[in-house]
Amino acid sequence: MIKEFRLPDLGEGLTESEIVSWKVAVGDTVSLNQVIAEVETAKAVVELPSPFAGVIAALHEQPGTVVEVGKPIVSFEVPDDAGASPAGAAPAEAETPKRQPNLVGYGAVVESSGRPARRQRNFGTPAVKSVGTQPAATPAVEPAETKAAETHSFERPRSTPPVRKLAKDLGVELAAVPGTGVHGLITREDVRNHVGGGDVPVAARHLSAVSDAAAPAGRTAAQGGREVRTPIKGVRKFTAAAMVASAFTAPHATEFLTVDVTPTMDLLAKLKTSRAFADHRLTPLTLVAKAVLVALRRNPSLNSRWDEANQEIVQFNYVNLGIAAATPRGLTVPNIKDAEAMSLLELSEALTALTETARAGKTAPAELADGTISITNIGVFGIDAGTPILNPGEAAILAVGAVRKMPWAFQDEVALRQVMTLSLSFDHRLVDGEQGSRFLADVGAILADPGMVLTMV
Amino acid sequence: MSTDETGQGGTAGTPAGSAGSHSGSGRNLIQLITPEGERISHPEFDPWVKDIGDEQLCSLFEDLTVVRRIDVEATALQRQGELGLWPPLLGQEAAQTGSARALRSDDFVFSSYRENGVAYCRGVGLTDILRVWRGNAASGWDPYTVNMATPQIIIGAQTLHATGYAMGIQNDGADSVAVTYFGDGATSEGDVNEAMVFAASFQVPVVFFCSNNHWAISEPVRLQSHVQLADRAAGFGIPSLRVDGNDVLAVMAATRVALDRARHGGGPTFIEAVTYRMGPHTTADDPTRYRDANELEDWAAKDPIERIKTLLDRKGLFTDQFQQHVRDKADEVARELRAGCIGMPEPEPLDVFKHVYSSPNSWLDRQQDHYARYLASFGDPAEATSQEGAR
Repeated sequence: MIKEFRLPDLGEGLTESEIVSWKVAVGDTVSLNQVIAEVETAKAVVELPSPFAGVIAALHEQPGTVVEVGKPIVSFEVPDDAGASPAGAAPAEAETPKRQPNLVGYGAVVESSGRPARRQRNFGTPAVKSVGTQPAATPAVEPAETKAAETHSFERPRSTPPVRKLAKDLGVELAAVPGTGVHGLITREDVRNHVGGGDVPVAARHLSAVSDAAAPAGRTAAQGGREVRTPIKGVRKFTAAAMVASAFTAPHATEFLTVDVTPTMDLLAKLKTSRAFADHRLTPLTLVAKAVLVALRRNPSLNSRWDEANQEIVQFNYVNLGIAAATPRGLTVPNIKDAEAMSLLELSEALTALTETARAGKTAPAELADGTISITNIGVFGIDAGTPILNPGEAAILAVGAVRKMPWAFQDEVALRQVMTLSLSFDHRLVDGEQGSRFLADVGAILADPGMVLTMV
Repeated sequence: MSTDETGQGGTAGTPAGSAGSHSGSGRNLIQLITPEGERISHPEFDPWVKDIGDEQLCSLFEDLTVVRRIDVEATALQRQGELGLWPPLLGQEAAQTGSARALRSDDFVFSSYRENGVAYCRGVGLTDILRVWRGNAASGWDPYTVNMATPQIIIGAQTLHATGYAMGIQNDGADSVAVTYFGDGATSEGDVNEAMVFAASFQVPVVFFCSNNHWAISEPVRLQSHVQLADRAAGFGIPSLRVDGNDVLAVMAATRVALDRARHGGGPTFIEAVTYRMGPHTTADDPTRYRDANELEDWAAKDPIERIKTLLDRKGLFTDQFQQHVRDKADEVARELRAGCIGMPEPEPLDVFKHVYSSPNSWLDRQQDHYARYLASFGDPAEATSQEGAR
């Protein structure tokens, strides 16, 4: 026998949750309380334990889908004598409800004895019938009218403000959408289905282009339209908000410096073969990070924060070094805490750990908070330079370009050298051109000749 | 940095700032079983548990295991939509079991919502424990059948009830004790402080059992108190004990000391049981947002059940037969809990009027009459009722 498991309210008063991943597949045999899915609510990511022992008959929702509480998400094939059904499987929801809901406090106010009058909701009939004035006629007419009522609607279709907004955005006339929610409520899904997405997951759904409006929506949806619409949410939404906030509060200035980093690359090769770094992942980025840390000591204004609320400039005597990382969920900038106190070895370990954690999507919130300056490694994409946007709240960000072999003036001759461009954006409220330039020149000087560190520390 | 020297690793390296020192404090924890499962002697507290032999140790292990199983099963039931909410006690089994098992049946418990392990030890029915969390009743059981009040949701309010009850015991000239359970966060509440003032003033037989699980939802205890919580009691003139809350034997010894003092007219005692909330505050909370994973790992190494398991193993008591017995018991309890939860009858709509006044009230009667007629307007009253209940 098939038993359905409906998405429960996993927090207190939540209306929906997102299926993050399924831990089981159709056909799997599961035991009671075995974890079957990971679900993200507005409050937490939680694991769902199986309410039955049996075989997975169907998974109704794709990972990445936001599901309303109460919707079936998985069906189980269970032995017939298995335990009682869960309360989550609300009984009789599919049937047409007999009662007409009434807001608490608005009903049953009549003092007279007998059957109390009740606010009549008209789902179909024009409001010509007056309950108060023609009580005798009412009982006779009512049954027929209520039946007819179900076919078409005269009241505004029942829905919620966000769904009405969605319908408006998609150009959908709500009156034409059949509601499948409680008491015929039109849900977000109903609107989407009406547009023609069917069961395709939201994130992958292709909607027809506006210019293509004449074509049947179903065709373009099936073949992949001229536009792909992806809901703005999660990391993308957060990143966008942060970028906009940063770009329009901090006046950005960007400077570029192209450096012959051949000596740094030689040093890197030497270190890689040394015993101390035998098991470590050493990259140009490690040395750039170290150079930044050294240069910051001489140019502390780049390691500061504009505290608008208190009208103060906060200069940090520590460096929480942010590293922009492309992760499966989008851009994040985890930072290495107290990086200024680290040896090169510790720094390389911290960098490795940070990128691995970020790639696995397991970066903890604490690692993302309280950064003081950031590095973004655009060189890994083969890019030379750019104008990076500051990580909000920080005074500077350095973009590290690709290392290229280029003809370069070397000892008064043209030689093939390894060259890299550094792009530094800084908050011009906190950092003047002089300080920014000195900092960038320092970083460049170290990379051009690592021995220069001796003059700086 | 942290309020205990048992190693709240996550904060050890934080730069000097907030809770740097517990000046003049730093009492050692009372401990009888180490996290490594070694029974260590303590001249002051050994005598209080000298009656706990092998059989009793096994029985304590069984209770700890069953309490954990109840908690895990209830957490799963919440995730399956069978409970509205559940406050997990994972990691606090020893603090609850060790103290509850030290009580006499005529002692009276006033607990917070997390003491479901205490409720089990007091003999509260498994289904009754879940009743409120399923939203089926305003309260789960009759307090007088087990001498334990139903859980208090208001943080710390139960300490006042306990002190008041203890004043009653004093007036009766009885030798029972009121025991109140609360968390570290509750010590910042006015109620707890008022309760302690009154308890000290009247020297009433009450035990303040504070389960310091280190987190008041997302607020770490080091932010709430710059001294050890046990040291706060001194300001009220209440003697205190600071015990390893993950050591069931030490908790039992400390509770017995406090109970003995109360029974013999010595007045209140404050016990700080240093433990850790391994799970979320409730099933609606996500501790990974505010808590360091390393801290969790440090405390996992101090698990209350693991250490007594190792101890039993060393004594040659952790036999296959015993393990099977405990497993069977836990399975049986889990089965009963689940069946009781799912099979709980839904309340009737008119039940809401039942527990307002003990005697008839005309205003309420009128409201009930209106509501009954409103329900009747849906046709067959029985059907309307069942629909309402099924909701």
